[in-house]
Amino acid sequence: MSGVVGSWGPGQARLGRPALEEGRLMRGLLIAAAMGFLGLFLLVPLAVVFLTALRDGLNAYWHAVIDPDTLSAIRLTFLAAGIAVPLNLVFGVGAAWLLSKYEFTGRSLLITLIDLPFSVSPVVAGLIFVLLFGAKGWFAPLLEQLDLKIIFAVPGIVIATTFITFPLVAREVLAVMQAQGSDEEEAALTLGASGWQIFHRITLPKIKWGVLYGVILCNARAMGEFGAVSVVSGHIRGETTTIPLQVEILYGEYHFAGAFAVASLLALVALFTLVLKHWVAWQGRRSLRPQQDALIQVPTEAMQGGAAI
Amino acid sequence: MSVRVESMSKRFGARKEVVGVNSVSFTAPAHKITSLLGPSGSGKSTLLRLVAGLEVPDGGKVEIHGEDVTLTPVRERRVGFVFQNYALFRHMSVFDNVAFGLSVRRAPKSEIDGRVSKLLGLVQLTGYERRLPDQLSGGQRQRIALARALATEPRVLLLDEPFGALDARVRVELREWLRSLHEQTHVTTLLVTHDQEEALELSEHVVLLADGNIEQAGTPSELYENPGSAFVASFLGGAKVISGSVNQGRASFGPIGLSQSVDLADGARVEAFVRPQDVRLEKLGAALDGAALDQAVNSPATREAWVERLVKVGSYVKLSVVLPGGDRLSVQMPRHEVEERGIGQGDRVLLDVRHVKVSPAIDYVI
Repeated sequence: MSGVVGSWGPGQARLGRPALEEGRLMRGLLIAAAMGFLGLFLLVPLAVVFLTALRDGLNAYWHAVIDPDTLSAIRLTFLAAGIAVPLNLVFGVGAAWLLSKYEFTGRSLLITLIDLPFSVSPVVAGLIFVLLFGAKGWFAPLLEQLDLKIIFAVPGIVIATTFITFPLVAREVLAVMQAQGSDEEEAALTLGASGWQIFHRITLPKIKWGVLYGVILCNARAMGEFGAVSVVSGHIRGETTTIPLQVEILYGEYHFAGAFAVASLLALVALFTLVLKHWVAWQGRRSLRPQQDALIQVPTEAMQGGAAI
Repeated sequence: MSVRVESMSKRFGARKEVVGVNSVSFTAPAHKITSLLGPSGSGKSTLLRLVAGLEVPDGGKVEIHGEDVTLTPVRERRVGFVFQNYALFRHMSVFDNVAFGLSVRRAPKSEIDGRVSKLLGLVQLTGYERRLPDQLSGGQRQRIALARALATEPRVLLLDEPFGALDARVRVELREWLRSLHEQTHVTTLLVTHDQEEALELSEHVVLLADGNIEQAGTPSELYENPGSAFVASFLGGAKVISGSVNQGRASFGPIGLSQSVDLADGARVEAFVRPQDVRLEKLGAALDGAALDQAVNSPATREAWVERLVKVGSYVKLSVVLPGGDRLSVQMPRHEVEERGIGQGDRVLLDVRHVKVSPAIDYVI
């Protein structure tokens, strides 16, 4: 019995063919559409970033990268991510633990609140911090007394980055914890394990791939964040610019090769993150099997900053 | 090492609207297996988790070996708990799973090694030390879970539907195995199950629960032979409850033609519990010889019915017969008896109720 080649819709059944499979023509069209879209909106821009960055040769590329302002932006980006990610790691694991193990009033409100940074525009988030910590903000008198500067300074950038990336670890770990339930923890408890022993010998090994996955997403977003950081930064060259802000400054000055050279660094981070993410998700699935693949759900906007210019 | 539960209550939900167990009291004798039996939602698992300390009661008391442990944290209660879905530590080897309880107590390595290998011998899984739980079958996993629970020498072993996730054949095998394991260890055991056969076969004491209350507690034969309520009778052995009335010292049950002398006043209402195995059918209309026919018709406990449905299940046959009043009665007969009599669907038959339990109906005074 041979199937009708090129038929639309589910063709005649054929040996060894999944029942849900479409006809050959349909399949070809779907693949072509997906590939075309991907090429147009992802691969072409990515290629443009690297081609423009290298337009004036490797030498110019290198000089754009080791420009003192750029180096300072790289340092600040790593500093902000270096503080925001560990903070969100601790908070995220703690919140996920709390939300998956306990029932309490306000629990669903808390789950909603964790997602708040995703639903608020980053620019608005930045403005919130200006209103709180800025020269005329609520905490201005207190900050003045302590001689602390937050807005238009490094602390503001760290706070904004932390806020923006705050749901990523929590959401990921919560999903993994809920998928796995707490039977193993209860078993450990009846065997006489203390809270800490349960956490580091049972829970942590169970959720480690989820945690790592969340950290990778969190880091990618922290390094690529533009909107909120832009509002609180003040754009002081060599002091309060991060990589995305530096790209914007260079671009605004018609220094295209330089702008794209710096942007290519972010694109590289994004590519590296993608590979790492894929590997972690694969490892996580292997260790989870045959349980649910909680790792699959990816907050897509987490990656948006990665290749932003 | 007995377990005593006194007036234990637990409700769930934000407004405590869901009843888990409702002021339940029972005693599980030392060194015996006690079953907590009941349909799903009867509160049996909740009760077990309360004994373990995995749930905190709203009121009541738990005693283990005379010691009040109601407020003792789980980890200090020294109970072994086995979950329906095994709850083995997936990332740990079989050895590490069984050793867990000892290693968190910082037992010396030599002691752990000795104890684990002894336990693996006990559950007949020596040589599986390095395997991961994923590499074991369901039955093997549950045996490891039992070994793990026994490792810390618990005062009480709590089994929450331990065979619930296994297929029928493995279930029966493990049941045998658990019985022989218990003969070796003699650990006081509480077994939660919804399977009456499991409870009757494994335990020396049965606590039957329904809707968060204890319906009846006692030895398996007490419950089976003297069911205290219609629920117990129908849950254990699937008895049909038929109501009747008393007249001149005899209780009569119209539809099944049963009449039995009772020590009750006239007009009292009575109930008969009829089990499927306790009914025999004779085919009517076929050539019954004179004596058999006389006996069949004159016997007060034999009346007419017709076979509505008939299913052959291995060595026995399940029949559903319709009684004169329209009531249905389940009958279970050995296959060869049905075949000898040539009983088929739609046949008219005579009922022969060989054994019946008659008790006064509970009167609800309003």
